[in-house]
Amino acid sequence: MSFINLKNVVKVYPDGTQAIFNSSLSIEKGELVVFVGPSGCGKSTLLRMIAGLEDVTDGEIDLDGNRINEIDPSERDIAMVFQNYALYPHMSVYNNIAYGLRSRGIKKLEIEAQVTNVSELLQIGDLLSKKPGQLSGGQRQRVAMGRAIARDPKVFLFDEPLSNLDAKLRVQVRLEIKKLQRKMGTTSIFVTHDQTEAMTLGDRLVVMNKGVMEQVGTPMEIYYHPKTKFVAEFIGTPSMNFITGSIKDKTFKASSFAIPAKYEDKDDVILGVRPEDISITKATTGVKCKVELIEKLGSSTVIYCVDMKENQLCVSTQSRASVEVGDTIHISTNNKALHFFDRETSKALTK
Amino acid sequence: MKKVQFKSKYTQYIFLAPTLIIISIFLYLPIVQTFRDAFTTQDAFGFGRFFAGWDNFKFVLSDPSYLVALKFTFIYIFVITVISCSLGLLLAVQANKVIHGKSAYKTLLIWPYAIAPAVVGVTAQYFFSERFGILYALFNSLWGFDWTANIFDAYIYLFIAGSWKQISANFIFFLAGLQTIQKSVIEASLIDCRSSLRRFWTITFPLLMPTTFFLVIINITYGFFDTFGIIDTTTIGAPSGETKTLVYKAYIDGFRGLDLGAAGAQSIIMMLLVLIITIIQFRYIERRIHYN
Ligand SMILES: Nc1ncnc2c1ncn2[C@@H]1O[C@H](COP(=O)(O)OP(=O)(O)OP(=O)(O)O)[C@@H](O)[C@H]1O
Ligand SMILES: [Mg+2]
Repeated sequence: MSFINLKNVVKVYPDGTQAIFNSSLSIEKGELVVFVGPSGCGKSTLLRMIAGLEDVTDGEIDLDGNRINEIDPSERDIAMVFQNYALYPHMSVYNNIAYGLRSRGIKKLEIEAQVTNVSELLQIGDLLSKKPGQLSGGQRQRVAMGRAIARDPKVFLFDEPLSNLDAKLRVQVRLEIKKLQRKMGTTSIFVTHDQTEAMTLGDRLVVMNKGVMEQVGTPMEIYYHPKTKFVAEFIGTPSMNFITGSIKDKTFKASSFAIPAKYEDKDDVILGVRPEDISITKATTGVKCKVELIEKLGSSTVIYCVDMKENQLCVSTQSRASVEVGDTIHISTNNKALHFFDRETSKALTK
Repeated sequence: MKKVQFKSKYTQYIFLAPTLIIISIFLYLPIVQTFRDAFTTQDAFGFGRFFAGWDNFKFVLSDPSYLVALKFTFIYIFVITVISCSLGLLLAVQANKVIHGKSAYKTLLIWPYAIAPAVVGVTAQYFFSERFGILYALFNSLWGFDWTANIFDAYIYLFIAGSWKQISANFIFFLAGLQTIQKSVIEASLIDCRSSLRRFWTITFPLLMPTTFFLVIINITYGFFDTFGIIDTTTIGAPSGETKTLVYKAYIDGFRGLDLGAAGAQSIIMMLLVLIITIIQFRYIERRIHYN
């Protein structure tokens, strides 16, 4: 029995918008699961249903073996960190953290000990008497975390808690959240639209698209074995290259090249290759391309080029390639790193 | 943005003139006249005007009926503010929860706000008329209600008439205030606290304090000045002057009794009272309020 169970969950908003289509998911105790997907795909909706802030239209949500669909948010033993932190603006940091404990009738001394504990853990001890309005974004974020941690709930729910921080702080806090979660061992769900955040944080990812869970798996499973074209495209930067063609006699034929493909014959196939799986060859055996744009990132170089049949291709290479815009290069790829998708259903082909 | 530059230095005064003229005639001139009246007396036939020093003030302050009006004014303001603020808040909180037909509720609750005080008074008359008033009949059957004879009953008549319209005004502002509270803050409190009553007093109400403070000031001002129309169309001070507010008494003394000196002195005393109340409010109450 898993710790959190979503069974055929559906969400239709009162105005008729269907935000979540029949979705099922099991989350184990102590896991950190990340919901990731583009804006409007229903991540927050799903999270808010688990929190109890939105009604579940159909299906069931279980927590620790009990159905929680009808249980009041305050009784679910969950804590949530909001994107804008949602601190109580009229209360001091201390009271913000203590509020949930007080409402549960916990003794004053115990509350004091707990708040001190949490504020040490998050290094916000000297902010306790301040109001949220007097804090920086990063400090507010910490207080919001503190408020969640203080109650020691069964589940942490995070709705894009890092998106209001600057890039550097975001990376730092991301690490801290991961460490904290490991240390406390609390089951957590983290919502983000940032795939790097998702890959680095999650024990497992749930990639969502238009209210549907496209794929659930570990970051590596999802990266190396995307089940749909959407997942392949969404995860990884720069994005995967896609080239249309067809498979015949165990060979994939595109307009400008052909490579072995051990699949059954099929028209309308899309080949996907990650930019980092393409390399520049000295030999003239590879696909001939013309370089259109180069992005030098220091650790890697991203080369955008087009082949002779106007297929756009992106190549990412670690080596300091001495390539200039306008050059002609030859590229090739490792045959094991290829992904094939059915063009109609967008699903990965199976052997 | 393009900056407009006037050619002549005087053009700006031409644009300001209409406003300045209107303000001078209808605001500053009457103030000057009030001061003149307060410190002078006229003989009974209106021929002469003599400087009277503080005589008018001494007369007003030693007049028992003035103290009655003063007492009633404070009771009236206090009760009306409490009734109309709490009912307005209650209605706003409830209307804010409604999902279907929200605008219909809002529109219906806002309507009385658009009614002039004198019309409110006339409407109240229908309810409290001895011959056909529903509330008159109801209260009369309960405890022998008769506002023409009983002070307490006359109070009730005016409290109801005076609060009714203000409930609407308070409702609108409280509703607007509720909508400025961040949705996620309310949601965070839903997770933190089970009891909705406790949530209201610990989160919603403190966050509404700026609105409440504003409304208390508005209601006090209303109680002081805007009730003239209501009283003049309902009790007219019945049973015998106990339900006159300061404004109403100043009017009666000045325009009915033709004692402009006393009326002027009353106006100035009232101005000082309002000034003191306002200072207290801003000094001591506003400081405790959290503004977002
Ligand atoms: N209260 C609501 N009423 C009607 N439709 C809603 C409501 N809230 C969200 N939606 C719709 O449901 C869909 C999913 O919204 P949701 O907020 O879950 O997206 P999201 O994945 O969290 O996006 P983002 O990354 O932008 O936060 C969207 O199409 C949105 O328009
Ligand atoms: Mg969202």
